[in-house]
Amino acid sequence: MVFFGQSLKNSIAAMLLVLPLISNANPNHDAVHQHDNGHAPALETHGELHDTAEAASPKAKINEHISHHLQDAHEFVFFSDEESGEHYGFSLPVILVDNGLKVFSASEFNHGETVANVDGNYYKLFHGKIYKTDAAGTLTLDEHHHPTNEKPLDISITKNVVSLLLTSLIIFLLFTSLAKGYKKKGANSLPTGFNRVLEPLVLYVRDEIARPNIGEAKYKKFMPYLLTVFFLIWILNLLGLTPLGINVTGNIAVTVCLALFTFFITQFSANKEYWGHIFWMPGVPVPMKIVLAPIEVLGMFTKPFSLLIRLFANITAGHTVVMGLIALIYVAKQQLTTGGAIGTSLALTLFISIIELLVAFLQAFIFTMLSSLFIGMAVQEHEHHHDHDHAHGHDDHSVEDPEIPVI
Amino acid sequence: MDKLINDFSYGLFFWQAIILVILILLLAKFAWKPILASLDAREQGIADAIAAAENARKEMAALQADNQRILAEARAERDAMMKEAREIKEKLIADATATAQAEGDKIIAQAKATIISEKNAAMAELKGQVSALSVEIAEKLLKSELSNKEAQNNLVEKMLDDVKLN
Repeated sequence: MVFFGQSLKNSIAAMLLVLPLISNANPNHDAVHQHDNGHAPALETHGELHDTAEAASPKAKINEHISHHLQDAHEFVFFSDEESGEHYGFSLPVILVDNGLKVFSASEFNHGETVANVDGNYYKLFHGKIYKTDAAGTLTLDEHHHPTNEKPLDISITKNVVSLLLTSLIIFLLFTSLAKGYKKKGANSLPTGFNRVLEPLVLYVRDEIARPNIGEAKYKKFMPYLLTVFFLIWILNLLGLTPLGINVTGNIAVTVCLALFTFFITQFSANKEYWGHIFWMPGVPVPMKIVLAPIEVLGMFTKPFSLLIRLFANITAGHTVVMGLIALIYVAKQQLTTGGAIGTSLALTLFISIIELLVAFLQAFIFTMLSSLFIGMAVQEHEHHHDHDHAHGHDDHSVEDPEIPVI
Repeated sequence: MDKLINDFSYGLFFWQAIILVILILLLAKFAWKPILASLDAREQGIADAIAAAENARKEMAALQADNQRILAEARAERDAMMKEAREIKEKLIADATATAQAEGDKIIAQAKATIISEKNAAMAELKGQVSALSVEIAEKLLKSELSNKEAQNNLVEKMLDDVKLN
């Protein structure tokens, strides 16, 4: 598929482009790197001596770098030069709700180094969060190193919001062009160009995800949501593998929002039988009905909760592993020599990146699949209930109710 | 977990919700509805085309069966006609033969009757002529016999003898 091919290229490009970023972030090791290039055995021992002294430093820096990457940010930084303290990228607008809207550019924070003064209020950026402070920028930290300063409600257009908008634009352009293609040539003509890739994907979501799980009668109503969520998650996952360094689907706020949408759609489209199954399970004795009700109510919430945790954990883990493997170049340089470290890191990162490509699709698929399954459970008709209720009692229902798959 | 809750960004949640709602609405209007409608229309078209082809095939088969039936009927009709013609021919021949026979028989019978009547007539004529001739002969004989007295006596004598004998 064209899509995978391009993403593979992208991810290879991503790995290559991230290399200078990390080397810039570790000026100490850059120096060692230059020593190694000299291929002088005497200098290598010199390097080892340095390494024992600085062993904690690069690892801590790598950890900080990874956790920084996983977080949202108020500026779009492509790479930074730590020696000169310069960051290459662009600042994004900050919007704070603090006695009215406060809108200013994130460049005023100077990457957390200075205090922004807006209309007489002082704000400081600390670990990606904006805190209200005084002119000097003092932050009082509690025992967990969390500032106790007041936090204004931050609805800034952050890196993830920009990524979301960008992805939305991409999806919108792609699929309106597909729709236009049909309009132009009539429904009976096959799509041309890139639309030929998009059509089977839409068909896949319709025929493999929505139809079997929701049922022929009602699936149409939920197609817009399912298709949007599928392509949004998938393309965000794929963009997360590019060197843009964005991590939207690995952000808990995003997955919470997506899961809440599924939750509300499920609850609001649910029919009488769904609620009946939750509060007064048919086909079991009365004491069991009372025991089952709280479990089923809990199940209402655990289903979307599993959705949000699954997507968040998979993407976060993927990003962490890829970045960790790239960092292997610096961590394992002494053990494997520079070339060996680069080779090992490249091979492992390539391997993991290919798996991540699969995970990107798989997570989008699973989220959409389970969403449609939950919706399907809420809207499905149990026509046999009324027929059997009087004739045979309630013995057969527990067998016929769909099981929740554990993925 | 504590870090997760602490890191939860309400702003991002807010934007994500707004963007998602707008994206769903926009895509539903400008992309998903037309796309799905087109896909449905195409599938319907394909199903219709298949049904039409099936119908055409059935019609073709029916037509072929019809043709076969008509052909068979025509053949049967032809056979019947030929049979009838043959029968007529045979009947005609038989009739003609019978008529000719009867006619011939009649002619023969007529001829026979004519021959018999002709023969009878000839016989009657012959008989008349023979009798006239014999009378004439007898006359002439008698005249010559009875020309002298003695002979006449002899004859009478003889005839009387004959009568006595009887």
